[in-house]
Amino acid sequence: MQKFDAFTGNLAIATAWKQINPDVCAAYPITPSTEVVMLYSDFVANGEVDTEMVTVESEHSAMSACIGASLAGGRVVTATSSAGLAYMWEMLSVASGLRTTIVLACVNRALSAPLNIHCDHSDAMGAKDTGWIQIFSENAQEAYDNMIQAFRIAEHSDVRLPVMVCNDGFIISHSFEKMQYIDDEEVRAFVGEYNTKHSLFDFNKAEAFGAMVLPNYYIEFKRQQREAMEKSKNVILEVGREFGEKFGRNYGFFEEYLLDDAEIVFVVMSSAAGTVKHVVNELRKNGNKVGILKPRVFRPFPADEIALSLKDAKVVCVLDRAETFGGEGGPLFLEIKSALKNNENQKVVNRIFGLGQRDFLPQHVFELFQELKAKDTKKFGYINVRE
Amino acid sequence: MSLKGWKEMTEGGIIDVPGSSEEYHTGSWRSFRPVWHADRCIQCYRCFSFCPDNSILIKDGKVAGINYDYCKGCGICAHECPKKANAIEMEPERK
Repeated sequence: MQKFDAFTGNLAIATAWKQINPDVCAAYPITPSTEVVMLYSDFVANGEVDTEMVTVESEHSAMSACIGASLAGGRVVTATSSAGLAYMWEMLSVASGLRTTIVLACVNRALSAPLNIHCDHSDAMGAKDTGWIQIFSENAQEAYDNMIQAFRIAEHSDVRLPVMVCNDGFIISHSFEKMQYIDDEEVRAFVGEYNTKHSLFDFNKAEAFGAMVLPNYYIEFKRQQREAMEKSKNVILEVGREFGEKFGRNYGFFEEYLLDDAEIVFVVMSSAAGTVKHVVNELRKNGNKVGILKPRVFRPFPADEIALSLKDAKVVCVLDRAETFGGEGGPLFLEIKSALKNNENQKVVNRIFGLGQRDFLPQHVFELFQELKAKDTKKFGYINVRE
Repeated sequence: MSLKGWKEMTEGGIIDVPGSSEEYHTGSWRSFRPVWHADRCIQCYRCFSFCPDNSILIKDGKVAGINYDYCKGCGICAHECPKKANAIEMEPERK
């Protein structure tokens, strides 16, 4: 049974948490993710959930507390943005290396300097190689659905990795949208009980966590993490399929939007995909063969599946909401470029857009489309930047 | 102790067997070794009391030698051994 109501992305996440009732939430406020924990602490204060709220003095401490709670066998959540995620960076690798199952709501915001509280993906992209599963949402509905699925993925015995659910700051986090939410009981039944094989609190079985390893063992543990990431692919698909069967909204690695016969394809993640979809609809009316591939899962990166999906495209334009400053392109471009086989008949270009939440409007996509049709399309560029 | 492959290891480096550090011989990187002379030992147990590991062997209630599997050659036992007895001397591992 599902009902409609008006939700912001932050409320969607806090609502999913309330329905799941995790054991521990340790978090430190930072715009635009503050409201997730603010709303959730209301649920705690009102006795609607029995989560242990741990108010800490920094994001580094927040993630540290989450790690301890997760190793103790708890179901653990936190939320952060921008500098907060950057400050967690050291502990992000500890969380994944110790194979915790923490679920983090990353409300995407630009990194300083200059200080900017608005949306881009530089925070999440800075954490892309820390061993976390990363799932990106296009709107509040996806933020909610992805959050519910994240627990199943993280806690699966083949995976046991922390999951980051990324939602665009302000654009998703603070905008009200019509959203369909699921009954509490059905959410709980879908997510299930969390039972861990190892727990700090299992006093009948003494175990040590976080021991040091020397060069004769470290690389084996990293190899294990890669395996877990590989195995998570099937789990992500399984969970997405089951979610679709039960609740009517299917999820895979990426969304293919009017891609079958598309010659010009935009690859774009998160909320900006909505803008591009609108323009693609308009362009299609005039017979233009355009489509969109919207990656949902960035880690693990579904390279083979994307390569297959894009094999017939003549022009692939990857839109990045983060920079690599000196890399060949943005982080999404580098993954896509690496996934695609070298094909003389296929042009792969990159555009950086929306840093610090610079407007990305339909007119920019129309202009971009004209550029992409031209034979001498430049390989790299910025959208809506003043010269 | 043979080294395990990544498929055989516990996830995330969890040590699920209590006391298994005994299997890990930590004395391999010693550059000096304590040599115990039974004939000079006065059984004062100072070496045993001060050893930061557990490398002084006790047999039937008496100091009986050094466990080189775990001794890292810190020299505390030799330092604490009463000078008049001088029952423990440090020697380079490679002369």
